[in-house]
Amino acid sequence: MEAKTGAPGKNSSRTRSERKLAWMLCAPAVVAMLLVTAYPIAYAVVLSLQNVDLRFPDENSFAGLSNYTTVLTSSLWWTDIFNTVFLMVTTVAIELVLGMAIALVMHRAIFGRGVVRTSVLIPYGIITVVAAFAWQFAFAPETGFVNNLPLISDNMDWFGGRFSSFAVIIMAEVWKTTPFMALLLLAGLVTIDDQLYEAARVDGATAWQRFTRITLPLMKPAILVALLFRTLDAFRVFDTIFIMTRGALDTESVSILGYNQLISRLNLGLGSAVSVLIFLCVFLIAFVFVRGFGAKLDEGRPGG
Amino acid sequence: MEQRTSRDYALWSIAILLVVVFALIPVLWLISISLKPPEALADQRFIPSSVSFDNYKSLFEGGVSDSPFIKPLINSIGIALITTTISIVLASFCAYAIARLEFPGKRLILAGALAIAMFPPISTVGPLFDMWRALHLYDTWLGLIIPYLTFSLPLAIYVLVAFFREIPWDLEQAAQVDGATPFQAFTKVIVPLAAPGVFTAAILVFIFCWNDFLFAISLTSSDASRTVPAALAFFTGESSFTAPTGSIAAAAVVVTVPIIVFVLIFQRRIVAGLTAGAVKG
Repeated sequence: MEAKTGAPGKNSSRTRSERKLAWMLCAPAVVAMLLVTAYPIAYAVVLSLQNVDLRFPDENSFAGLSNYTTVLTSSLWWTDIFNTVFLMVTTVAIELVLGMAIALVMHRAIFGRGVVRTSVLIPYGIITVVAAFAWQFAFAPETGFVNNLPLISDNMDWFGGRFSSFAVIIMAEVWKTTPFMALLLLAGLVTIDDQLYEAARVDGATAWQRFTRITLPLMKPAILVALLFRTLDAFRVFDTIFIMTRGALDTESVSILGYNQLISRLNLGLGSAVSVLIFLCVFLIAFVFVRGFGAKLDEGRPGG
Repeated sequence: MEQRTSRDYALWSIAILLVVVFALIPVLWLISISLKPPEALADQRFIPSSVSFDNYKSLFEGGVSDSPFIKPLINSIGIALITTTISIVLASFCAYAIARLEFPGKRLILAGALAIAMFPPISTVGPLFDMWRALHLYDTWLGLIIPYLTFSLPLAIYVLVAFFREIPWDLEQAAQVDGATPFQAFTKVIVPLAAPGVFTAAILVFIFCWNDFLFAISLTSSDASRTVPAALAFFTGESSFTAPTGSIAAAAVVVTVPIIVFVLIFQRRIVAGLTAGAVKG
């Protein structure tokens, strides 16, 4: 039972105590969520405006925007932005098609739906780092079975080039995250009234027409939310690249760049500038989805 | 209803087979390498020609102090369990308030939780690294539990709100009318109804903590708090001349198989949790 807000008379003291209780119940979670997000991002902004290099602790000084100009004028940053966006767009595009296909199989299969759902959950349960190792070992020329497959050259050195490395990285990422996409799309799929399909079939629509004229338009909200979450997630790509190439041969993502500056080189000033810029990119992507495509966030949910 | 021909069955069989193969190959492959003896590692075969358990034995050799794997495993399990417990308790309070009470700021909390779910963790790594060193939280369990808590709470809150909204809360009053005390009404009626949702949220939060890599390599430096994903990235071979491939594969299988079994047992719950709130109900 929900109490009415702003109810007059004897209800108002009850409303007030209800508000108080609600705030007390929410406070610990809200504080815990802000503790490691709001404060650190503010601190990151402060750090990014200073020369802070932990290897030279006595040389801290105010830097103004020089860290930002250093990052934004370096070719490394733009290479990494290209890599990240390239990986993000390709992975999410493949995942959308594959996820939709798997969702349709789970929804429409005349038998074996349970088997499909069961196997689709396997990648979800696997640690990303473990999945990255599995694919790396599979493609490594020394240990892998992939080069033994027909149509693939026996001496193909997958991790010897930029775009062949990307191919393996994309495959590992797609494998790991398609299940989540498929389940989100399935949740949208089951809400579509079967009678619409029956009616379309009576009117002589082909299966493809039923998919493009009924399924896709009605699923637009679900698709947009799934795309938004997966796009933001893909923009943060780190684990798979770290395991497979450590960013060698120009395969670095912006998250790897941030990690290298902050943790490997201990240059907190420059690293924080990278962190803040990544934060702004994420904000921009979310803004484009909500304003540009009309994604309705209140229908969404945090990713698993 | 359309006629189901044998052609339909054949087509669906192929589709289902493709999905199953797609999902299973990397797992079977890891098991395969973990069972290969070192000299067979480079045979490029998908199915090992001979089987050896040496890789598993070497993982656990030397007990807690010398094994490269036991301490990270304990860290992973401990950190994930503690985070899950705290996260679920805090999220339950919050989700109860959001699902059942009317108060200003409700939508703000939900929107804030969503924003945090989209927050790039790399943006907090630098400040946390600096703060944790000053506060002596660097390379400790607590140093990982705190960020895991922050980033798992949105997930837990959303899943729990979706489940709590489905609970028929009127039953609580009905039980009190029937003579139950408020405490009895809560423990005997509401707790059993809420338990499945709480359990689902707990599984998802556990998997989230279990999976993290970025915080684990940035905020730890030793086996004191390094979790399995981070330890795997820094694994070295038995000697400097052997590649750690076999050990990594064996360790990967050890941390993967229990989770897969668990996920498969509770698959209905997990699917419900993952899609909770994805569609307006």
